[in-house]
Amino acid sequence: MPYTADTRRQPPSRDELRNRIPGWGADLDPADRPSVPREKHEPTGAHWDFPERQPENTPRERSLEHKFLTPVFGTTAPLHGFSGAIRRFAYRRYSEGQTPHWLLLLAGDRVDAWESHLRSLATGRPDNPVTQTGILAEPGHRPLSSRFGRNRADLKHAWMDPVMVGGPWAAAAVLAWVGARKLLTSPSRR
Amino acid sequence: MRAMVYRGPYKVAVEEKDIPSVEHPNDAIVRVTLGAICGSDLHLYHGLIPDTRVGTTFGHEFIGVVEEVGPSVQNLKVGDRVMVPFNVYCGSCYFCARGLYSNCHNVNPNATAIGGIYGYSHSCGGYDGGQSEFVRVPFADVGPSLIPDWMSDEDAVLLTDALPTGYFGAQLGDISEGDTVIVLGAGPVGLFAAASPWLMGAGRVIVVDHLDYRLAKAREFAHAETYNFAEHRDIILELKKATDYLGADVVIDAVGAEADGSFLQHVAGAKLKLQGGSPIALNWALAAVRKGGTVSVLGAYGPAPTGIKFGDAMNKGLTIRANQCPVKRQWPRLFEHLRNGYLRPSELVTHRIPLEHIAEGYHLFSGKLDGIIKPLVVPGAS
Repeated sequence: MPYTADTRRQPPSRDELRNRIPGWGADLDPADRPSVPREKHEPTGAHWDFPERQPENTPRERSLEHKFLTPVFGTTAPLHGFSGAIRRFAYRRYSEGQTPHWLLLLAGDRVDAWESHLRSLATGRPDNPVTQTGILAEPGHRPLSSRFGRNRADLKHAWMDPVMVGGPWAAAAVLAWVGARKLLTSPSRR
Repeated sequence: MRAMVYRGPYKVAVEEKDIPSVEHPNDAIVRVTLGAICGSDLHLYHGLIPDTRVGTTFGHEFIGVVEEVGPSVQNLKVGDRVMVPFNVYCGSCYFCARGLYSNCHNVNPNATAIGGIYGYSHSCGGYDGGQSEFVRVPFADVGPSLIPDWMSDEDAVLLTDALPTGYFGAQLGDISEGDTVIVLGAGPVGLFAAASPWLMGAGRVIVVDHLDYRLAKAREFAHAETYNFAEHRDIILELKKATDYLGADVVIDAVGAEADGSFLQHVAGAKLKLQGGSPIALNWALAAVRKGGTVSVLGAYGPAPTGIKFGDAMNKGLTIRANQCPVKRQWPRLFEHLRNGYLRPSELVTHRIPLEHIAEGYHLFSGKLDGIIKPLVVPGAS
Protein backbone atom coordinates (compact mmCIF):
# COMPACT_ATOMS: atom_id res chain seq x y z
CA MET A 1 0.00 0.00 0.00
CA PRO A 2 1.56 3.28 -1.05
CA TYR A 3 2.27 6.13 1.32
CA THR A 4 3.00 4.06 4.37
CA ALA A 5 6.34 3.37 6.00
CA ASP A 6 6.71 -0.04 4.38
CA THR A 7 5.50 0.92 0.94
CA ARG A 8 8.33 -0.57 -1.03
CA ARG A 9 8.04 -4.13 -2.24
CA GLN A 10 10.56 -6.41 -0.60
CA PRO A 11 13.56 -7.37 -2.73
CA PRO A 12 14.19 -11.05 -3.41
CA SER A 13 15.97 -12.98 -0.70
CA ARG A 14 19.76 -13.17 -0.50
CA ASP A 15 19.70 -16.83 -1.55
CA GLU A 16 17.52 -16.12 -4.56
CA LEU A 17 19.77 -13.26 -5.67
CA ARG A 18 22.94 -15.29 -5.12
CA ASN A 19 21.54 -18.14 -7.20
CA ARG A 20 20.53 -15.84 -10.02
CA ILE A 21 23.46 -13.42 -10.15
CA PRO A 22 27.11 -14.53 -9.95
CA GLY A 23 28.93 -12.53 -7.30
CA TRP A 24 25.83 -10.97 -5.75
CA GLY A 25 26.83 -9.25 -2.52
CA ALA A 26 30.59 -9.74 -2.94
CA ASP A 27 31.06 -6.04 -2.20
CA LEU A 28 28.18 -5.74 0.22
CA ASP A 29 30.55 -4.46 2.88
CA PRO A 30 31.58 -0.94 1.83
CA ALA A 31 35.05 -1.72 3.17
CA ASP A 32 35.49 -4.02 0.14
CA ARG A 33 34.76 -1.22 -2.29
CA PRO A 34 37.97 0.33 -3.61
CA SER A 35 36.81 3.95 -3.67
CA VAL A 36 35.23 3.90 -0.22
CA PRO A 37 36.12 6.22 1.40
CA ARG A 38 36.58 8.31 -1.69
CA GLU A 39 39.52 10.25 -0.24
CA LYS A 40 42.19 7.86 0.94
CA HIS A 41 45.95 7.86 0.65
CA GLU A 42 47.46 4.88 -1.10
CA PRO A 43 51.01 4.41 -2.45
CA THR A 44 51.11 5.61 -6.05
CA GLY A 45 54.64 4.84 -7.21
CA ALA A 46 55.61 8.51 -7.23
CA HIS A 47 59.17 9.05 -5.99
CA TRP A 48 59.06 12.84 -5.87
CA ASP A 49 57.32 15.50 -3.79
CA PHE A 50 56.94 17.73 -6.80
CA PRO A 51 57.66 16.36 -10.27
CA GLU A 52 60.55 17.55 -12.38
CA ARG A 53 59.44 20.16 -14.87
CA GLN A 54 58.94 19.28 -18.49
CA PRO A 55 60.74 21.82 -20.73
CA GLU A 56 58.45 24.47 -22.21
CA ASN A 57 59.87 24.55 -25.72
CA THR A 58 57.04 26.67 -27.12
CA PRO A 59 54.90 29.08 -25.07
CA ARG A 60 52.12 27.02 -23.49
CA GLU A 61 48.73 28.52 -22.65
CA ARG A 62 47.31 27.85 -19.19
CA SER A 63 44.23 28.48 -17.13
CA LEU A 64 44.32 31.63 -15.00
CA GLU A 65 43.23 29.41 -12.12
CA HIS A 66 46.63 27.71 -12.14
CA LYS A 67 49.38 29.41 -10.14
CA PHE A 68 51.93 28.34 -12.76
CA LEU A 69 52.32 26.08 -15.76
CA THR A 70 51.85 22.53 -14.56
CA PRO A 71 55.09 20.51 -14.48
CA VAL A 72 53.78 18.12 -17.14
CA PHE A 73 51.52 18.95 -20.06
CA GLY A 74 50.48 17.77 -23.50
CA THR A 75 52.24 19.19 -26.53
CA THR A 76 49.97 18.15 -29.38
CA ALA A 77 48.43 20.78 -31.70
CA PRO A 78 49.92 24.02 -30.33
CA LEU A 79 47.99 27.26 -30.86
CA HIS A 80 48.19 28.71 -34.33
CA GLY A 81 46.25 30.92 -36.74
CA PHE A 82 43.08 32.85 -35.98
CA SER A 83 41.66 30.01 -33.91
CA GLY A 84 44.85 30.13 -31.84
CA ALA A 85 44.36 33.85 -31.25
CA ILE A 86 40.79 33.24 -30.05
CA ARG A 87 41.87 30.46 -27.73
CA ARG A 88 44.84 32.43 -26.42
CA PHE A 89 42.52 35.33 -25.61
CA ALA A 90 40.12 32.97 -23.81
CA TYR A 91 42.94 31.65 -21.63
CA ARG A 92 44.54 35.05 -20.93
CA ARG A 93 41.39 37.03 -20.28
CA TYR A 94 38.92 34.73 -18.55
CA SER A 95 39.17 32.22 -15.73
CA GLU A 96 37.34 28.88 -15.93
CA GLY A 97 34.54 30.34 -13.84
CA GLN A 98 33.64 32.82 -16.58
CA THR A 99 31.21 31.63 -19.26
CA PRO A 100 32.97 33.62 -22.03
CA HIS A 101 36.06 31.46 -21.43
CA TRP A 102 34.20 28.35 -22.58
CA LEU A 103 32.18 30.03 -25.30
CA LEU A 104 35.35 31.47 -26.83
CA LEU A 105 36.99 28.05 -26.73
CA LEU A 106 34.00 26.55 -28.54
CA ALA A 107 34.16 29.39 -31.09
CA GLY A 108 37.86 28.65 -31.51
CA ASP A 109 36.98 25.04 -32.28
CA ARG A 110 34.61 26.02 -35.09
CA VAL A 111 37.15 28.46 -36.58
CA ASP A 112 39.90 25.83 -36.27
CA ALA A 113 37.86 23.35 -38.31
CA TRP A 114 37.27 25.85 -41.12
CA GLU A 115 40.87 27.06 -41.05
CA SER A 116 42.17 23.52 -41.37
CA HIS A 117 39.73 22.68 -44.17
CA LEU A 118 40.81 25.74 -46.12
CA ARG A 119 44.46 24.98 -45.44
CA SER A 120 43.98 21.43 -46.66
CA LEU A 121 42.77 22.75 -50.02
CA ALA A 122 46.20 24.24 -50.56
CA THR A 123 47.88 20.88 -50.03
CA GLY A 124 48.16 17.82 -52.22
CA ARG A 125 45.74 16.00 -49.90
CA PRO A 126 42.64 18.14 -49.34
CA ASP A 127 40.05 17.05 -46.80
CA ASN A 128 37.77 14.38 -48.17
CA PRO A 129 34.36 14.55 -46.50
CA VAL A 130 33.41 11.14 -47.91
CA THR A 131 36.28 9.13 -46.46
CA GLN A 132 36.65 11.22 -43.30
CA THR A 133 33.04 10.92 -42.23
CA GLY A 134 33.25 7.14 -42.49
CA ILE A 135 30.07 7.02 -44.49
CA LEU A 136 31.62 4.30 -46.67
CA ALA A 137 30.93 1.95 -43.76
CA GLU A 138 27.20 2.04 -44.47
CA PRO A 139 27.13 -0.83 -47.01
CA GLY A 140 27.59 -4.13 -45.25
CA HIS A 141 26.62 -2.89 -41.80
CA ARG A 142 22.83 -3.18 -41.97
CA PRO A 143 22.14 0.54 -42.50
CA LEU A 144 18.39 0.08 -42.94
CA SER A 145 17.56 -2.68 -40.49
CA SER A 146 19.73 -1.02 -37.82
CA ARG A 147 17.76 2.18 -38.11
CA PHE A 148 14.19 1.48 -39.14
CA GLY A 149 11.41 -0.46 -37.45
CA ARG A 150 13.21 -0.31 -34.13
CA ASN A 151 11.57 2.71 -32.54
CA ARG A 152 14.87 4.55 -32.18
CA ALA A 153 14.48 7.99 -30.64
CA ASP A 154 17.42 9.43 -32.56
CA LEU A 155 15.77 8.91 -35.95
CA LYS A 156 13.83 12.11 -35.33
CA HIS A 157 16.97 14.19 -35.69
CA ALA A 158 19.47 11.87 -37.42
CA TRP A 159 18.57 13.47 -40.76
CA MET A 160 20.23 16.64 -39.51
CA ASP A 161 23.70 15.06 -39.38
CA PRO A 162 24.38 14.96 -43.14
CA VAL A 163 22.90 18.44 -43.46
CA MET A 164 25.21 19.77 -40.75
CA VAL A 165 28.27 18.01 -42.12
CA GLY A 166 27.69 18.34 -45.84
CA GLY A 167 25.62 21.55 -45.83
CA PRO A 168 28.51 24.01 -45.50
CA TRP A 169 30.40 22.21 -48.29
CA ALA A 170 27.36 22.32 -50.56
CA ALA A 171 26.73 25.98 -49.69
CA ALA A 172 30.37 26.84 -50.40
CA ALA A 173 30.18 25.07 -53.76
CA VAL A 174 26.97 26.90 -54.70
CA LEU A 175 28.43 30.25 -53.65
CA ALA A 176 31.58 29.59 -55.66
CA TRP A 177 29.55 28.62 -58.71
CA VAL A 178 27.27 31.67 -58.41
CA GLY A 179 30.28 33.94 -57.88
CA ALA A 180 32.14 32.54 -60.85
CA ARG A 181 29.06 32.82 -63.04
CA LYS A 182 28.54 36.43 -62.04
CA LEU A 183 32.15 37.21 -62.73
CA LEU A 184 32.04 35.61 -66.15
CA THR A 185 28.77 37.30 -67.15
CA SER A 186 29.50 40.73 -65.67
CA PRO A 187 29.01 43.69 -68.14
CA SER A 188 32.69 44.59 -68.00
CA ARG A 189 33.56 41.18 -69.52
CA ARG A 190 31.11 41.45 -72.39
CA MET B 1 53.64 6.31 -37.39
CA ARG B 2 49.99 5.95 -38.32
CA ALA B 3 47.52 7.75 -36.09
CA MET B 4 43.90 8.77 -36.04
CA VAL B 5 43.62 12.53 -36.47
CA TYR B 6 40.60 14.73 -35.75
CA ARG B 7 39.69 16.88 -38.76
CA GLY B 8 36.64 18.71 -37.38
CA PRO B 9 33.15 17.66 -36.20
CA TYR B 10 32.11 14.27 -37.64
CA LYS B 11 35.43 13.90 -39.51
CA VAL B 12 38.53 11.88 -38.68
CA ALA B 13 41.38 10.54 -40.78
CA VAL B 14 44.40 8.29 -40.38
CA GLU B 15 47.61 10.15 -41.13
CA GLU B 16 51.37 9.95 -40.67
CA LYS B 17 52.53 11.59 -37.45
CA ASP B 18 55.91 11.75 -35.74
CA ILE B 19 56.50 8.97 -33.22
CA PRO B 20 56.20 10.64 -29.80
CA SER B 21 59.39 11.22 -27.84
CA VAL B 22 60.27 11.31 -24.16
CA GLU B 23 59.49 14.87 -23.04
CA HIS B 24 59.86 14.37 -19.28
CA PRO B 25 62.22 12.09 -17.35
CA ASN B 26 59.34 9.92 -16.13
CA ASP B 27 57.75 9.44 -19.55
CA ALA B 28 57.43 6.13 -21.35
CA ILE B 29 56.65 5.58 -25.01
CA VAL B 30 54.20 2.72 -25.48
CA ARG B 31 53.58 0.84 -28.72
CA VAL B 32 49.82 0.37 -28.80
CA THR B 33 48.67 -3.19 -29.35
CA LEU B 34 44.95 -2.64 -28.77
CA GLY B 35 42.78 0.43 -28.33
CA ALA B 36 39.10 1.25 -28.23
CA ILE B 37 36.59 3.93 -29.07
CA CYS B 38 34.72 5.10 -25.97
CA GLY B 39 31.23 6.53 -25.98
CA SER B 40 32.70 9.73 -24.62
CA ASP B 41 34.96 9.95 -27.69
CA LEU B 42 31.74 10.65 -29.56
CA HIS B 43 31.37 13.91 -27.62
CA LEU B 44 34.73 14.96 -29.08
CA TYR B 45 33.84 13.60 -32.51
CA HIS B 46 30.63 15.63 -32.52
CA GLY B 47 32.44 18.81 -31.45
CA LEU B 48 30.92 19.16 -27.99
CA ILE B 49 34.01 19.39 -25.79
CA PRO B 50 35.69 22.82 -25.72
CA ASP B 51 39.21 23.21 -27.11
CA THR B 52 39.21 20.07 -29.21
CA ARG B 53 41.87 20.91 -31.76
CA VAL B 54 42.19 19.70 -35.32
CA GLY B 55 45.23 17.45 -35.52
CA THR B 56 44.67 15.82 -32.11
CA THR B 57 44.69 12.03 -31.80
CA PHE B 58 41.87 10.64 -29.65
CA GLY B 59 41.85 7.47 -27.60
CA HIS B 60 41.99 7.10 -23.82
CA GLU B 61 41.49 3.32 -23.72
CA PHE B 62 44.58 1.39 -24.82
CA ILE B 63 47.13 -1.22 -23.87
CA GLY B 64 50.56 -1.86 -25.35
CA VAL B 65 54.21 -2.68 -24.99
CA VAL B 66 56.80 -0.33 -23.51
CA GLU B 67 59.08 0.85 -26.32
CA GLU B 68 61.20 3.43 -24.49
CA VAL B 69 61.48 4.84 -20.97
CA GLY B 70 62.75 8.14 -19.62
CA PRO B 71 65.80 8.30 -17.31
CA SER B 72 63.84 8.46 -14.03
CA VAL B 73 61.51 5.52 -14.74
CA GLN B 74 62.03 2.74 -12.17
CA ASN B 75 58.96 0.51 -12.37
CA LEU B 76 58.76 -0.28 -16.10
CA LYS B 77 61.23 -1.54 -18.64
CA VAL B 78 61.30 -1.88 -22.40
CA GLY B 79 59.22 -4.84 -23.52
CA ASP B 80 56.77 -4.78 -20.62
CA ARG B 81 53.15 -5.44 -21.59
CA VAL B 82 51.12 -2.71 -19.91
CA MET B 83 47.59 -1.46 -19.41
CA VAL B 84 47.31 2.31 -19.07
CA PRO B 85 44.51 3.97 -17.09
CA PHE B 86 42.84 6.81 -18.96
CA ASN B 87 43.90 9.24 -16.24
CA VAL B 88 47.21 11.08 -16.64
CA TYR B 89 48.28 11.81 -13.05
CA CYS B 90 51.39 12.63 -11.06
CA GLY B 91 50.76 10.56 -7.92
CA SER B 92 52.04 13.28 -5.56
CA CYS B 93 49.84 16.40 -5.65
CA TYR B 94 47.20 17.36 -3.07
CA PHE B 95 44.53 15.39 -4.92
CA CYS B 96 46.58 12.33 -5.88
CA ALA B 97 47.62 12.08 -2.22
CA ARG B 98 43.93 11.60 -1.42
CA GLY B 99 43.28 9.01 -4.11
CA LEU B 100 41.60 11.47 -6.46
CA TYR B 101 43.78 10.53 -9.42
CA SER B 102 41.29 11.82 -11.95
CA ASN B 103 41.58 15.25 -10.35
CA CYS B 104 45.38 15.58 -10.48
CA HIS B 105 46.57 19.19 -10.29
CA ASN B 106 49.95 18.72 -11.97
CA VAL B 107 49.09 17.51 -15.46
CA ASN B 108 46.51 19.79 -17.01
CA PRO B 109 47.54 23.42 -17.52
CA ASN B 110 44.38 24.19 -19.47
CA ALA B 111 41.89 23.61 -16.67
CA THR B 112 41.82 23.06 -12.93
CA ALA B 113 38.35 21.53 -12.97
CA ILE B 114 39.64 18.26 -14.36
CA GLY B 115 42.90 16.33 -14.45
CA GLY B 116 44.62 14.91 -17.52
CA ILE B 117 43.08 12.43 -19.96
CA TYR B 118 44.77 10.90 -23.00
CA GLY B 119 43.38 12.14 -26.29
CA TYR B 120 40.54 14.08 -24.76
CA SER B 121 41.00 17.69 -25.92
CA HIS B 122 43.12 20.46 -24.49
CA SER B 123 40.52 20.94 -21.78
CA CYS B 124 42.01 17.70 -20.44
CA GLY B 125 45.65 18.67 -20.92
CA GLY B 126 46.34 18.42 -24.65
CA TYR B 127 47.74 14.89 -24.68
CA ASP B 128 47.57 12.70 -27.76
CA GLY B 129 45.71 9.43 -27.27
CA GLY B 130 46.10 5.79 -28.11
CA GLN B 131 44.18 5.45 -31.38
CA SER B 132 47.60 5.31 -32.98
CA GLU B 133 50.65 3.09 -33.17
CA PHE B 134 52.57 4.84 -30.37
CA VAL B 135 51.65 7.07 -27.47
CA ARG B 136 53.52 9.14 -24.89
CA VAL B 137 52.67 7.98 -21.35
CA PRO B 138 53.64 10.55 -18.70
CA PHE B 139 54.42 9.42 -15.14
CA ALA B 140 55.21 5.89 -16.21
CA ASP B 141 55.98 4.92 -12.61
CA VAL B 142 52.47 5.91 -11.51
CA GLY B 143 49.79 5.10 -14.08
CA PRO B 144 50.55 1.97 -16.11
CA SER B 145 50.55 -1.55 -14.67
CA LEU B 146 51.78 -4.83 -16.03
CA ILE B 147 48.97 -6.90 -17.52
CA PRO B 148 48.65 -10.11 -15.53
CA ASP B 149 49.47 -13.25 -17.54
CA TRP B 150 45.99 -14.65 -17.04
CA MET B 151 44.23 -11.59 -18.45
CA SER B 152 43.26 -11.33 -22.12
CA ASP B 153 44.06 -8.22 -24.14
CA GLU B 154 40.37 -7.50 -24.65
CA ASP B 155 39.62 -7.65 -20.93
CA ALA B 156 42.70 -5.52 -20.22
CA VAL B 157 41.72 -2.74 -22.60
CA LEU B 158 38.23 -2.60 -21.10
CA LEU B 159 39.83 -2.22 -17.68
CA THR B 160 41.49 1.05 -18.74
CA ASP B 161 38.18 2.93 -18.56
CA ALA B 162 34.79 1.40 -19.35
CA LEU B 163 34.56 -1.27 -16.64
CA PRO B 164 36.19 0.71 -13.80
CA THR B 165 34.06 3.74 -14.67
CA GLY B 166 30.82 1.76 -14.54
CA TYR B 167 31.83 0.08 -11.30
CA PHE B 168 32.89 3.43 -9.84
CA GLY B 169 29.48 4.85 -10.71
CA ALA B 170 27.83 2.17 -8.61
CA GLN B 171 30.18 3.00 -5.74
CA LEU B 172 29.26 6.68 -6.00
CA GLY B 173 25.67 5.56 -5.51
CA ASP B 174 26.58 4.29 -2.04
CA ILE B 175 24.35 1.26 -2.58
CA SER B 176 22.87 -0.58 0.39
CA GLU B 177 21.43 -4.09 0.44
CA GLY B 178 18.09 -4.31 -1.34
CA ASP B 179 18.37 -0.95 -3.08
CA THR B 180 16.65 -0.27 -6.38
CA VAL B 181 19.09 1.18 -8.89
CA ILE B 182 18.18 2.79 -12.21
CA VAL B 183 20.90 3.13 -14.84
CA LEU B 184 20.28 5.61 -17.64
CA GLY B 185 22.08 4.48 -20.79
CA ALA B 186 22.97 0.99 -22.01
CA GLY B 187 26.27 1.76 -23.68
CA PRO B 188 29.37 -0.07 -22.45
CA VAL B 189 29.75 2.10 -19.33
CA GLY B 190 26.04 1.88 -18.59
CA LEU B 191 26.10 -1.91 -18.94
CA PHE B 192 29.04 -2.16 -16.55
CA ALA B 193 27.30 0.29 -14.21
CA ALA B 194 24.25 -2.00 -14.33
CA ALA B 195 26.22 -5.17 -13.60
CA SER B 196 28.07 -3.66 -10.63
CA PRO B 197 25.23 -2.80 -8.17
CA TRP B 198 24.51 -6.52 -7.75
CA LEU B 199 28.00 -6.97 -6.31
CA MET B 200 27.11 -4.30 -3.76
CA GLY B 201 23.87 -6.00 -2.77
CA ALA B 202 21.26 -4.25 -4.91
CA GLY B 203 17.78 -5.76 -4.94
CA ARG B 204 16.72 -4.47 -8.36
CA VAL B 205 18.53 -2.97 -11.35
CA ILE B 206 16.59 -1.18 -14.09
CA VAL B 207 18.21 0.03 -17.32
CA VAL B 208 16.72 2.70 -19.59
CA ASP B 209 17.73 3.29 -23.22
CA HIS B 210 16.10 3.49 -26.65
CA LEU B 211 18.18 0.91 -28.50
CA ASP B 212 16.49 -2.47 -28.25
CA TYR B 213 19.63 -4.51 -28.96
CA ARG B 214 21.45 -2.82 -26.09
CA LEU B 215 18.51 -3.34 -23.76
CA ALA B 216 18.60 -7.03 -24.69
CA LYS B 217 22.26 -7.03 -23.71
CA ALA B 218 21.36 -5.34 -20.41
CA ARG B 219 18.95 -8.17 -19.62
CA GLU B 220 21.47 -10.84 -20.51
CA PHE B 221 24.76 -9.32 -19.34
CA ALA B 222 23.58 -7.26 -16.35
CA HIS B 223 20.49 -9.27 -15.28
CA ALA B 224 18.52 -6.03 -15.43
CA GLU B 225 14.90 -5.10 -16.01
CA THR B 226 14.72 -2.77 -19.00
CA TYR B 227 12.65 0.10 -20.32
CA ASN B 228 12.78 1.51 -23.85
CA PHE B 229 11.96 5.17 -23.29
CA ALA B 230 10.93 5.59 -26.92
CA GLU B 231 7.99 3.24 -26.24
CA HIS B 232 6.59 5.38 -23.45
CA ARG B 233 5.12 8.85 -23.63
CA ASP B 234 6.42 9.67 -20.15
CA ILE B 235 9.28 7.43 -19.06
CA ILE B 236 9.59 9.08 -15.65
CA LEU B 237 5.99 8.21 -14.85
CA GLU B 238 6.65 4.59 -15.89
CA LEU B 239 9.70 4.46 -13.64
CA LYS B 240 7.72 5.92 -10.75
CA LYS B 241 5.04 3.27 -11.23
CA ALA B 242 7.72 0.60 -11.36
CA THR B 243 9.17 1.79 -8.07
CA ASP B 244 5.95 1.92 -6.05
CA TYR B 245 5.55 5.65 -6.79
CA LEU B 246 8.64 6.39 -4.72
CA GLY B 247 11.46 6.50 -7.25
CA ALA B 248 14.72 4.57 -7.15
CA ASP B 249 17.16 4.70 -4.27
CA VAL B 250 19.98 5.38 -6.68
CA VAL B 251 20.05 6.63 -10.27
CA ILE B 252 23.23 6.45 -12.34
CA ASP B 253 23.55 8.77 -15.34
CA ALA B 254 25.72 6.90 -17.83
CA VAL B 255 24.73 9.02 -20.81
CA GLY B 256 25.97 12.60 -20.55
CA ALA B 257 25.98 15.35 -23.11
CA GLU B 258 24.26 13.62 -26.03
CA ALA B 259 21.19 12.28 -24.32
CA ASP B 260 18.07 11.71 -26.38
CA GLY B 261 14.47 11.77 -25.27
CA SER B 262 13.56 15.40 -25.96
CA PHE B 263 13.90 16.58 -29.56
CA LEU B 264 14.29 20.24 -28.69
CA GLN B 265 16.82 19.76 -25.92
CA HIS B 266 18.85 17.27 -27.94
CA VAL B 267 18.95 19.47 -31.02
CA ALA B 268 19.74 22.64 -29.04
CA GLY B 269 22.42 20.99 -26.94
CA ALA B 270 24.00 18.23 -28.95
CA LYS B 271 23.37 19.26 -32.55
CA LEU B 272 23.39 23.06 -32.60
CA LYS B 273 25.70 23.19 -29.55
CA LEU B 274 23.84 26.16 -28.11
CA GLN B 275 24.68 24.86 -24.64
CA GLY B 276 27.16 22.39 -23.18
CA GLY B 277 25.21 19.35 -24.26
CA SER B 278 21.76 17.95 -23.68
CA PRO B 279 20.63 17.93 -20.02
CA ILE B 280 17.96 15.24 -20.54
CA ALA B 281 19.67 12.36 -18.74
CA LEU B 282 20.60 14.52 -15.78
CA ASN B 283 17.05 15.80 -15.46
CA TRP B 284 15.66 12.28 -15.74
CA ALA B 285 18.04 11.18 -13.01
CA LEU B 286 16.88 13.99 -10.73
CA ALA B 287 13.26 13.09 -11.48
CA ALA B 288 13.50 9.29 -11.21
CA VAL B 289 15.38 9.12 -7.91
CA ARG B 290 13.42 8.97 -4.68
CA LYS B 291 13.47 11.77 -2.15
CA GLY B 292 16.63 11.47 -0.08
CA GLY B 293 18.20 9.27 -2.75
CA THR B 294 21.50 9.50 -4.58
CA VAL B 295 22.28 10.52 -8.14
CA SER B 296 25.59 9.27 -9.51
CA VAL B 297 26.84 11.06 -12.60
CA LEU B 298 29.27 9.31 -14.94
CA GLY B 299 28.15 10.98 -18.14
CA ALA B 300 30.46 13.67 -19.53
CA TYR B 301 29.04 17.13 -20.07
CA GLY B 302 30.29 20.35 -21.60
CA PRO B 303 30.87 23.27 -19.28
CA ALA B 304 27.47 24.91 -19.24
CA PRO B 305 24.31 22.90 -19.82
CA THR B 306 21.22 24.91 -19.04
CA GLY B 307 17.70 23.97 -18.12
CA ILE B 308 18.70 21.64 -15.29
CA LYS B 309 15.99 21.16 -12.69
CA PHE B 310 18.22 21.87 -9.75
CA GLY B 311 15.37 23.09 -7.59
CA ASP B 312 14.07 19.53 -7.53
CA ALA B 313 17.46 18.31 -6.39
CA MET B 314 17.32 20.66 -3.42
CA ASN B 315 13.69 20.03 -2.56
CA LYS B 316 14.11 16.25 -2.76
CA GLY B 317 17.12 16.30 -0.47
CA LEU B 318 19.29 14.51 -3.00
CA THR B 319 22.89 13.55 -2.77
CA ILE B 320 24.60 14.12 -6.10
CA ARG B 321 27.97 12.47 -6.59
CA ALA B 322 30.10 12.65 -9.68
CA ASN B 323 33.63 12.31 -10.94
CA GLN B 324 35.84 10.87 -13.58
CA CYS B 325 36.91 7.47 -12.33
CA PRO B 326 40.30 7.09 -10.62
CA VAL B 327 40.92 3.91 -12.57
CA LYS B 328 43.90 2.39 -10.86
CA ARG B 329 42.20 2.39 -7.46
CA GLN B 330 39.59 0.00 -8.88
CA TRP B 331 41.98 -2.50 -10.40
CA PRO B 332 42.87 -4.83 -7.51
CA ARG B 333 39.22 -5.49 -6.65
CA LEU B 334 38.14 -5.71 -10.28
CA PHE B 335 40.92 -8.17 -11.02
CA GLU B 336 39.42 -10.40 -8.28
CA HIS B 337 35.97 -10.09 -9.81
CA LEU B 338 37.32 -11.10 -13.21
CA ARG B 339 39.16 -14.09 -11.78
CA ASN B 340 36.03 -15.18 -9.94
CA GLY B 341 33.98 -14.86 -13.13
CA TYR B 342 31.66 -12.24 -11.62
CA LEU B 343 32.44 -9.75 -14.41
CA ARG B 344 33.29 -10.68 -18.00
CA PRO B 345 34.06 -7.39 -19.75
CA SER B 346 35.04 -8.70 -23.18
CA GLU B 347 31.48 -10.01 -23.66
CA LEU B 348 30.59 -6.45 -24.67
CA VAL B 349 33.06 -6.32 -27.56
CA THR B 350 31.15 -6.39 -30.83
CA HIS B 351 33.52 -4.89 -33.41
CA ARG B 352 37.28 -5.02 -33.99
CA ILE B 353 38.26 -2.21 -36.34
CA PRO B 354 41.65 -1.80 -38.02
CA LEU B 355 43.18 1.59 -37.21
CA GLU B 356 43.26 2.39 -40.93
CA HIS B 357 39.44 2.11 -41.00
CA ILE B 358 38.77 4.13 -37.85
CA ALA B 359 36.65 6.73 -39.69
CA GLU B 360 34.21 3.92 -40.50
CA GLY B 361 34.38 2.81 -36.87
CA TYR B 362 33.38 6.25 -35.63
CA HIS B 363 30.54 6.36 -38.14
CA LEU B 364 29.18 2.97 -37.05
CA PHE B 365 29.48 3.83 -33.36
CA SER B 366 27.96 7.28 -33.76
CA GLY B 367 25.10 5.94 -35.87
CA LYS B 368 24.59 2.87 -33.63
CA LEU B 369 24.64 0.59 -36.68
CA ASP B 370 25.16 -3.14 -36.95
CA GLY B 371 24.40 -3.89 -33.30
CA ILE B 372 27.52 -2.08 -32.16
CA ILE B 373 28.20 -1.94 -28.43
CA LYS B 374 31.96 -1.77 -27.93
CA PRO B 375 34.36 -1.24 -30.84
CA LEU B 376 38.04 -2.01 -30.38
CA VAL B 377 40.78 -0.47 -32.52
CA VAL B 378 43.57 -2.67 -33.80
CA PRO B 379 46.75 -0.92 -34.97
CA GLY B 380 48.55 -2.64 -37.82
CA ALA B 381 45.58 -4.82 -38.78
CA SER B 382 44.38 -4.83 -42.35
